[in-house]
Amino acid sequence: MNGGLDTLAQTAKPTLGRRLRWLEPSMVLWGLLIAILIFLVASPLVRLLLSSFQEAETGRFTLANFVEAYENLRHLQALLNSLELGVGVALLAGLFGVPIAWAISRTDMPAKSFVRVMVLGAFIMPPYLAAISWILLAGPNAGWLNKIWMGVTGADHGVVNIYSMAGLILVVATASYPYVFVFTNSALDLVSSEMEDAANILGAGTLRTIFRVTLPLVFPAILGGLIISFLEAIALFGAPALIALPAHFHVVATQLWQFFEYPVKVEEAAAYAMPLLFITIFMFWLQRSVLGRKGYTAVTGKGGERRIIRLRAWRWVMFGYALFICALSVLLPTLVLMQAAFAKAWGRGFSLDNLTLANFRYLLFEHSQAQNVVLNTFLYAGATAFAAIGLSLAIAYVVNRKLVPWSNVLSFLCMAPFVIPGIVLAIGFYAAYAPPPLALYGTATILILGFTTRFLPIAYTSSAAGIRSINPEMEEAVRILGGGRLTAIRRVLAPLLKKSLAGAWILVFIPATRELSSAIFLVGPNTRVISVMLFDLSEEGNFEVLSALGLLLLVVTIIIAGIGFRVIGRDFMLRRT
Amino acid sequence: MSNLVLRGIKKSFGGFVAVDALDLELQSGEFVSLLGPSGCGKTTTLRMIAGFIDPSAGTIEMDGRVLSSPSGSLPPERRGMSMIFQSYAIWPNMTVEENVAFGLTLRNLPAHEVRKRVGDMLDVVHMSHLAGQYPAELSGGQQQRVALARAIIIQPAVLLLDEPLSNLDANLREEMRFEIRRLHDEFRITTVYVTHDQAEAMVTSDRIAVMNRGRIEQVDDPHTVYTKPKTRFVAGFVGRTNFIDGVRQGAEIAFDRFAVPVSVIENGAELSGKVTFSVRPQSMRLHRGRPQHDGPQVEVKIVERAYLGEFWDYVVVPALGSMRIKVTAPPLEVYEVDDAAWLEFDPKQMTSIV
Repeated sequence: MNGGLDTLAQTAKPTLGRRLRWLEPSMVLWGLLIAILIFLVASPLVRLLLSSFQEAETGRFTLANFVEAYENLRHLQALLNSLELGVGVALLAGLFGVPIAWAISRTDMPAKSFVRVMVLGAFIMPPYLAAISWILLAGPNAGWLNKIWMGVTGADHGVVNIYSMAGLILVVATASYPYVFVFTNSALDLVSSEMEDAANILGAGTLRTIFRVTLPLVFPAILGGLIISFLEAIALFGAPALIALPAHFHVVATQLWQFFEYPVKVEEAAAYAMPLLFITIFMFWLQRSVLGRKGYTAVTGKGGERRIIRLRAWRWVMFGYALFICALSVLLPTLVLMQAAFAKAWGRGFSLDNLTLANFRYLLFEHSQAQNVVLNTFLYAGATAFAAIGLSLAIAYVVNRKLVPWSNVLSFLCMAPFVIPGIVLAIGFYAAYAPPPLALYGTATILILGFTTRFLPIAYTSSAAGIRSINPEMEEAVRILGGGRLTAIRRVLAPLLKKSLAGAWILVFIPATRELSSAIFLVGPNTRVISVMLFDLSEEGNFEVLSALGLLLLVVTIIIAGIGFRVIGRDFMLRRT
Repeated sequence: MSNLVLRGIKKSFGGFVAVDALDLELQSGEFVSLLGPSGCGKTTTLRMIAGFIDPSAGTIEMDGRVLSSPSGSLPPERRGMSMIFQSYAIWPNMTVEENVAFGLTLRNLPAHEVRKRVGDMLDVVHMSHLAGQYPAELSGGQQQRVALARAIIIQPAVLLLDEPLSNLDANLREEMRFEIRRLHDEFRITTVYVTHDQAEAMVTSDRIAVMNRGRIEQVDDPHTVYTKPKTRFVAGFVGRTNFIDGVRQGAEIAFDRFAVPVSVIENGAELSGKVTFSVRPQSMRLHRGRPQHDGPQVEVKIVERAYLGEFWDYVVVPALGSMRIKVTAPPLEVYEVDDAAWLEFDPKQMTSIV
């Protein structure tokens, strides 16, 4: 028959048979994958934990790092500020996100798809860009809103000051309410109208039904969204650095950054990062258990038929509210960003003689580093997307096919970065790989590795879903006809997964192009990326060039998201995973 | 074409024994079905033959060479077999032609040879006109034909089929049974066919191995399995039947209100004590009056009836007795419930079981 059968006689010797199986090239590959995962996920975390208990010079065990990190009252205050920020953002994001989600899912509010696109826009807008545009909008005195106020009322100073905790909460909430929206919206889409009809038939009016039936039903989902917003807010670095520092207060993220000012105190930073890590892990656990109580939610798989609630005149009130949120989160910020990007001086306002392309010319052709920075950004993001998807696909495959006995450990490691704030992960990476023997500090490698780890859960979720959707028999058919596992992957699995992998690629690529919290700790002089450059430019106060660069990033992101819509379908980013 | 021997095959998953001490030998070119309810271990057995699962004990040999043993197994891709899956597993990213050609291209045949053989094969399964289509454009039956062509074209040493017809509708299923048998008659490939459908097994197979709880209860040709079931399980699983209890009393077996001489029953002389017989519903006849034969007979009352178009289903109980017996009758033999009748047995079609 074929060559394989000639060796049949030998397999009668049992040990040889076993050796043959273990020497399958694929088995070697699996071993390699496990090693990579330990390198990417486990080792930085372990390193972080160890560092927090080590003396900087000697490496001996000590608790001094924790003492030093917390004996300072300002450090404690920063922790409290982070919590205040998180709670404030979660509440405000709920106030923004829940009504819009309800209106889109359940009512006859006009221009629903426009509002939806705006929410997606808010999702795409990086929080630090939102912060920059809000500085243009609500900076004390010079901000647009203050100037308009002064012009209208004749007052001699503005009314809003973005450089405050309230301002920071507003900015972060405008960037993170889409999470609440997505959670609430998808839950509402699953609540059958029959639930509401049942309340109506018993005599409850529309409002009463909403507050007694509909909202309680989706409450776990709302809470889930709020928790995610909270976690986003406390892990964020960019927006707080842009707003809290000028306002003379710290949050955990900015304080952690301070530990990296010369002299770098990694051990103390590691110790100081622990509460953030444990709060995050705890909140994710909480979210899981809240969402996991199926009996309570009654939000089951079948959508059932949904009846649209007629709001009559109120539909315009609802639309006005949605428009107000869209204005705060997308329309106004984009407007002022564009104005500044095309302006000679943004403060001179909207006039033709203020228009210029000089900012873009400067960035793309004259600035000594900008070209490199833009190139770096997309290069690293692309490499990250390929690495994360390649790795997660291989692991999803091993786990799904149960090729190794401890496969659950693999999927756990893949998902673990999900509960690690980016900033904490970056410190772990720094502690593990910046010093010798690897001495990766300042290299592109450490950035790509860090990003890969950070976005591994996104890639893994998509890959695992893709692999699950393919019947193993597809692959067994290849093998029984004489093809090895690798042939099966190359000829059948890979072509079938193409589309979902393209979607996953975009889902990793977009956040990787704008990642700041982990990048800020890992970049070197030659490996800067757009997000870091934006941050540096803001320190120089050059808002025109800054806006031009931000706009550039936004446009590229929108183009890529647009391709994503074409390839994968409208909802691929606003999906709850 | 190869002979295949399963010796003492056992497979346990944790504490659950899926297949237990199973022995089976297939002659070269033989078609054997593994027939049994879901969970009886038939698919596990098939997957062990294919090499997707290693046995916990025992060996699988082909032409005298060990393929599988607990200490190591040849991977599926090196067994020279092919398999048809329950889902067909037709690759949706390849055309019909590419699907069928796959096994040949893996064997590095020259392109013109591949094209010729694929063309011939598609003719055999009546799919030539759809060679360029993608699987999503095909009906279930057409996909099934592609799966058959893809599996047979490599002239496998052994062909394995895992419930291949279970996803087809009833008419198509009947057509494909004959198609599978036709292809076997044409190519004579040693075949193992897993199914839970007795009609499928009976149409296609040279022999049927009836499986229950990880064991084979009986291996015989279809006619024997049906007419001479060895165990209560086989009698009940293959076709409908009545289980009738009797006791050996001298030269007779005594039943509820009637008796049969042991001399007219196969192996009757060997029976003793309590005995259970399997009696098929269509092996008995109903008469209005007492029949003029010497055969075993008993007066009965009709207690239930159902008309199924092709025949009547009656449930009768012997007068003064309590045993319920199912019996079928042609459409024109109409009895009302509570009618009295005579039930006549054919001792040759009464099989004692264990």
